[in-house]
Amino acid sequence: MKMMRTALLGTAMAVLSGTSALAAGHGCDVTEGRINIVGNEFPAIQSVAAAALSCANGIDAESNLTADHQTINLPGMQGNPAEYTSAIVANSSIVALINEDVIRPLDDLVAMYGQDIPARQLITIDGKVMAVAFMANAQHLVYRKDVLEQIGMDVPTSYEEVLAAAEKIRAEGIMENPVGGAYAAGWNLAEEFVNMYLGAGGAFFEPGTANVSINNEQGILALETMKALTEYMNPDYLTHDSNATSAEWEAGNVALMNMWGSRTGVLMDDEGSEMAVYSNTVAGGPLTVGDSGVAASTLWWDGWTVAKNISDAEAAATFQALAHATSPALLNDETMSQAVWLMDGYEPAPVNEGVLATVAAGANPYPMLPFMGLLHSALGDNLADYLQGNESAEQALADVEAAYTTAAKEQGYLQ
Amino acid sequence: MKHSAFFWFVLPSAVLMLLFIALPIVSVVTQSMYAAHEQVVVTVESCGPFGCTESTAVDQEATQALQDEEPLGRFVGSEIYTDRNHLAVGEIGTAWVNADGLPDFGRALMNLPFYNALAFTLAYTFIVTPLTIIAGFLIAIAVNSVAKALKGPTIFFSLLPMIVTPLVGALILFWMVDARGVLGTALQWLADDPSLSVKADTTLMWIMLMVYGVWSSAPFAFVVFYAGLQTVNQDTMEAAVIDGASRVERIRYVVIPHLMPLTTFVALIQLMDNFRVFEPIVSFQAQAHAFSLSYAIFNDLQGETRLLSSAAATSVLTIIGVAILLSPVLVRTYRDFSPRT
Amino acid sequence: MSSKATARPPSVLLLATVFLVIWLIMAAFPFLWTLWGSLKVEGDFFSKADWMNSLRGTLTIVETGGSFTGDGYYGAWVQEEFWRAALNTIIVCIFVVTISLTCGTLGGYALARSGFRYAFWFLFFALIFRAMPPITLVSGYLLPFFEWNLWGHLSTTIIVLVAINQPFTLWMLHSFFKNIPQDLDESAMVDGCTRFQAFRHVIIPVMWPGVITTGLFSFLLAYNDFAVSAMLLSKENQTMVPKLASFLGTTQTKGNVMFAVAAVVSVTAPLFVMIVFFQRQIVSGLTAGAVKG
Repeated sequence: MKMMRTALLGTAMAVLSGTSALAAGHGCDVTEGRINIVGNEFPAIQSVAAAALSCANGIDAESNLTADHQTINLPGMQGNPAEYTSAIVANSSIVALINEDVIRPLDDLVAMYGQDIPARQLITIDGKVMAVAFMANAQHLVYRKDVLEQIGMDVPTSYEEVLAAAEKIRAEGIMENPVGGAYAAGWNLAEEFVNMYLGAGGAFFEPGTANVSINNEQGILALETMKALTEYMNPDYLTHDSNATSAEWEAGNVALMNMWGSRTGVLMDDEGSEMAVYSNTVAGGPLTVGDSGVAASTLWWDGWTVAKNISDAEAAATFQALAHATSPALLNDETMSQAVWLMDGYEPAPVNEGVLATVAAGANPYPMLPFMGLLHSALGDNLADYLQGNESAEQALADVEAAYTTAAKEQGYLQ
Repeated sequence: MKHSAFFWFVLPSAVLMLLFIALPIVSVVTQSMYAAHEQVVVTVESCGPFGCTESTAVDQEATQALQDEEPLGRFVGSEIYTDRNHLAVGEIGTAWVNADGLPDFGRALMNLPFYNALAFTLAYTFIVTPLTIIAGFLIAIAVNSVAKALKGPTIFFSLLPMIVTPLVGALILFWMVDARGVLGTALQWLADDPSLSVKADTTLMWIMLMVYGVWSSAPFAFVVFYAGLQTVNQDTMEAAVIDGASRVERIRYVVIPHLMPLTTFVALIQLMDNFRVFEPIVSFQAQAHAFSLSYAIFNDLQGETRLLSSAAATSVLTIIGVAILLSPVLVRTYRDFSPRT
Repeated sequence: MSSKATARPPSVLLLATVFLVIWLIMAAFPFLWTLWGSLKVEGDFFSKADWMNSLRGTLTIVETGGSFTGDGYYGAWVQEEFWRAALNTIIVCIFVVTISLTCGTLGGYALARSGFRYAFWFLFFALIFRAMPPITLVSGYLLPFFEWNLWGHLSTTIIVLVAINQPFTLWMLHSFFKNIPQDLDESAMVDGCTRFQAFRHVIIPVMWPGVITTGLFSFLLAYNDFAVSAMLLSKENQTMVPKLASFLGTTQTKGNVMFAVAAVVSVTAPLFVMIVFFQRQIVSGLTAGAVKG
């Protein structure tokens, strides 16, 4: 009888512990501290934030995912205590947080809670872990299989071949403006130049300094290639960001374009376009320009950071929740195709092949430099004049250098 | 009115404006005279998913020491105002010396971001403001003559351009004027030019922004004028009719003088709003073709590294610009305030 | 209105009617087009292939089976809980209009009645304050608001909107009070009223027309504001316009754009009902002589 009772009790205990394990859901359970995440709002980040918040057990857990995250994250982490315990950033935007010293090195937290995080996910600067990356992104060629077959050309591997193919497509009357690209003046246009200039073998700064040097052969080659491409683009290209470019593609007006890997998923699904378009959309590799042999693309990661001005308990809570949210536990049928994930267990789909090919081709990561953001803004403001034919390439590049130098002086990078 | 009564009556407004507008303006003016500290930059190795690279980073400890010394940053006085991205005093001097005639100097001037922005801002202000006033006046006259039963809906539809959120209003118009959109196609048909594209041409883009400006602020002028029309003295009107004044004469000699003070008010608000033109440029993605002072501020604050001092300097220059624009109106108002007890 | 002075010859009436019809088409067409398009799918409404698609609904038929779809509305109101934002907007509007008008009538009345030079300088600085681009102001607020834990609340945004709009309200109401004869309140004061009593018993009853017009502008400002509320409100306190903007986003997720289009129609529709419902008040508010320079 007594034995029986003990056995029953045992079963009851097992059931109880079973349910509590179920309540925690997936092996993460944070009961102390506070979590508040700020970041951009695309689906992959939504999934990560939702997974992180689900770890919270009886503590304050919030997220603010918005397109304005870059304006809000710095002031939101400068207070003491900081409003946000974590900001989700990319390799371009992390430098603003490091420059202002609002994120903490994660080495101690990695040692305590993050032994399972593979080394490739850790972003280290000067030997200190500053962020944990969870997804990769890059621009690469996207092409229409049927159109290339029709003109009898192979898949282009360089911008020179893209131009030749575009000319043929136009000559045969298949499409009027067969090339697409996110050339909207501002950030997008600057990003295209960064890709093209690195692909031409250029370097943005004199090594070890903040002195810009882009008014050179590579800079002019990059600009001239861009201008040649725009001849085959919709004349409104200076207003086309990646949303508008994707829409052009779905309308079947474009056969070749350099596009973000994260965008190819929607181009290949059956919503928004006709079957002839989506079923023939293929993600290719990165393109080259000139004879440098370097891929004209940059590699990007998105990752999370932990704020400096918060208590250790809050930092630990945030770290544990996000470490869990960016572990293999995140991956399921729904999230698998949202991004090129960096964690173990990720199985690439055909839509992601472009990004993987770009990584394999050894493209440069987007420069993680304190003053790169200033150059990016200066590029975005000054290149449109050249593409519109208002000034020479040399003049445009000189304007960029002058605008950058003024801004860099104000920020204290140059004297 | 007694001083003490005046004080208590304006106190709530004054406190609100002091806290939320005056204080920020003081901090903006201060900010515009300080630049960031010299950054101590060191070469480090940074590693990530794509391997390791040599890069540079800010040496936090060394920079922190500088920051503790002078928390506001380096005092640079008017240096930011005169640098290339603002008034560009040095560059203008060089351009003046090197220029090959006035047109060449003009080109060099327009290549400087501040003057480029100023040119569009002023053109926009001086074209849109009078057109808005005229359009608003005509609409008010026309609506005033509508049968009473139709007035409600007519007023509503006339207000629509002001009501529909500019954000989405412009997004939809932006699509409509696309070469493949309904208005774009109509324009191509009207101009008999199938390659016409508003978004590809600087002149057309300027025209579109200005048309949008008039379209979206005409309702404001309309409401104010419509209100004014209701108070036109009927006796004067009748007298004018008896004297044999034609309709145009009545408008010219009775209605317009009556509405003059209102026109001043509308002009004041419109000059100021148009000088700060910003939203249409963002919504129409027109930054390649048109650059305004407010857009320049937005641009400085929006980048990956925020240029606070630069944005502050442009803001101060904008305020000065508005003050200059409005000075005639202000002088008039000043005269109205003849001291009395 | 039927007096001899306003009687019109047919030619003038025709001209006025034609002009008004053209203006109404210009004013209403984009909105009506949006209303129509909100019942289609994105591929049709923003058709890059052929603008006629938005009339015929080619893709709408392929994707949903019918020529109209309520998906945009369903997504916005049910899936994305747009009604929460609508509630927040109502709260913000009510408070902004009330506080703005309370402070504004007091201040505007004092400015209209004081003949001293400092009243002019007060108005002058109010005007200069208004010249400040709002983006600069908002980016300046962020850090202190975060530090003092004021960020994200509806109340903070309400106060900021009131403050930013105060110069406009003051100017408008000041011009209005100048039109109310001084004798009214001064005779009340001769009878022994204090300044405030005179304001309460004599001025308040006659000031409504001007207040209604000013209130209309305050309301539209609060209703349509994006720059301030997008930056200062947290996710759960978002008002309609920032919420609508978040449907658009930086990277547009499919279908979400149509949520925004449906939301625009939803945001505008109540105003139609309101204006038609209150048209007598608005028209009579305007009729009684609202503003003067």
